[in-house]
Amino acid sequence: MRIGKFKLNHYINYIVIGILTLVLSVMTFTGSRFDNSLLFLLEKMAISIILAVSLSLVVGFLGELSLGHAGFMCVGAYLGGKVAVLLAPALGNGILTLLISLLAGAAVAALCGVIIGIPALRLRGDYLAIVTLAFGEIVKSLFMNSSDESFGGTLGLDTPRFDKKYLFIIAFVLVLITLAVVQNYIRSKHGRAVTAIRDNEIAARATGINVTKYKLLTFILSAAFAGIAGVLYSFSNYTVQSIKFGYNYSIEILVMVVLGGMGNINGSIVAAALITWLNTWLPTKLTGDLAVLQNLLYALILIVIVIYNNAPALKSFRDRYNLGNLINKVLKPKADPSHIKDDKAKWDVVPTKISMDEILSIDMKQQSGPDPEQKGGKR
Amino acid sequence: MSEYVLETKNLGISFGGLKAAQDVNIRIKKNQLYGLIGPNGAGKTTIFNLLTCVYKPTTGTFYLDGEEMKGQTPHRINQKGIARTFQNIRLFNNMTVVRNVMVGLHNNPEYKCSVLESVLRLPRHFKMEKAMRERAKELLRIFDLEQERNSLACNLPYGKQRKLEIARALATNPKLLLLDEPAAGMNPHETEDLARTIRFIRDHFDMTILLIEHDMGFVSELCDELTVLSFGTVLAQGDTKDVLQDPEVIKAYIGG
Repeated sequence: MRIGKFKLNHYINYIVIGILTLVLSVMTFTGSRFDNSLLFLLEKMAISIILAVSLSLVVGFLGELSLGHAGFMCVGAYLGGKVAVLLAPALGNGILTLLISLLAGAAVAALCGVIIGIPALRLRGDYLAIVTLAFGEIVKSLFMNSSDESFGGTLGLDTPRFDKKYLFIIAFVLVLITLAVVQNYIRSKHGRAVTAIRDNEIAARATGINVTKYKLLTFILSAAFAGIAGVLYSFSNYTVQSIKFGYNYSIEILVMVVLGGMGNINGSIVAAALITWLNTWLPTKLTGDLAVLQNLLYALILIVIVIYNNAPALKSFRDRYNLGNLINKVLKPKADPSHIKDDKAKWDVVPTKISMDEILSIDMKQQSGPDPEQKGGKR
Repeated sequence: MSEYVLETKNLGISFGGLKAAQDVNIRIKKNQLYGLIGPNGAGKTTIFNLLTCVYKPTTGTFYLDGEEMKGQTPHRINQKGIARTFQNIRLFNNMTVVRNVMVGLHNNPEYKCSVLESVLRLPRHFKMEKAMRERAKELLRIFDLEQERNSLACNLPYGKQRKLEIARALATNPKLLLLDEPAAGMNPHETEDLARTIRFIRDHFDMTILLIEHDMGFVSELCDELTVLSFGTVLAQGDTKDVLQDPEVIKAYIGG
């Protein structure tokens, strides 16, 4: 939908997340206290969204399967956390420390992206998936076996306590930045080159696209944002334990991307928020013996969503209750299908059709009309 | 600057013991329509793959405008000025028609725009996007595809997909255009239309074209010169009329 030159569909995610951030921050600054668990959930959601959006860059738009996203996050979390620990005595637990840690985390994760990317992107499909999977596990074990003074070993790295009240605002601002960078990248000539590689690599090469360059660039961008998510995680959690970043977590991020629809950023955002909420909400409801059901329920919900999104039998239902259509209906009543019927009614009186018939019939008359008279005259 | 746009010298490749192409010498002058014909499996597409550096030649080399091109990568060869289409159509199926052509414009220095400029949405990005879209539309107009510019490439009918592939190749602003069986699977009416379009491209863009084709009528009507391949070797070469009357060529095609 367009309002003048402004394409609403392109910016709806900024608007929704921006308004949400604004409302929540105004509430915080005017003195309403949020529950700590709610703040924690919001931070976690923001982290998941950054991870899902950055992974969708590789999986959805480049079309390569990466199972090492948690590995990049792990690098970011540890390095960002370490920088914060080192800087906190000098700069305090302020925003400056956070910013420098974020930059450091993103830079190191991006560097890992280069190191892994150069050899790995020569591979394709399953092979790349296995290499990235291995990368994630290697990073995890490296930090787990680090010395206590460097990265805390098995106990994990304790990070400085940042004021919880404001962290979620920063997290949501980072979500907006991630979205802006990823979407602007995708909706440019460079993003077009990336989708061209996904659609047909041989043709992209033959059309002069530097496939290696774009694959690497996309991989690095994705890794850098995973690093940023990692730094946020270390600030939100107060402690970083490498055990968290196993391949299970990588797959959870992948599930968010797949569930949201490959190459659909808005879908990934919704799926990331939903799964994060589900993962914190389910354990609170199912305790004791019922805790076993958590994974079962989680799986069932995933299966239902996938079926709902893909089953042909549900297509008409989906179209009717499609979020985009509903928004269009509210904002722009003209898009209502009942108005299209009017156009159909007019179709019957399209002048060209009738005049065509008339012209033909006139021709026929002219041809057949005078003939009998002439013949009659002759007779 | 050499007299020939494309010149191959003893170009050959063997896969293990199989000599897929051997001592192929082709010289194409500027603005020429050159045909490459031969029975199935003669090595025509192999020659195309050699010329676009998908394969590395085991013997010989080739020159584009006098510059040696052997050992380049496929995307560099395109930037140097050789564009191609494929025998089995390879479009960017999930992208719209106009975007397919815009990918072709990607390397054009006129539309240069760095990643940073795009991500920060500087004015240059918008200017270049608009200019690229306009240029793509112009190209689509030539191929009578402007109406379909916003539909997905995979939804186009076969003949139009072929045309779109040519449009995309042309968008890369090549010196030499390689067409791999452009008329395959087209009905006589479409073939006639295609022949007209190819001639128009040659005149309008001042293009040099090398094409593979099985349709002899199409070839004899269109091409100035021919090379006939059979089992990887050159069977005959020269003016279209002479070549098609060569008893060796007739024998290779009809058997005997």
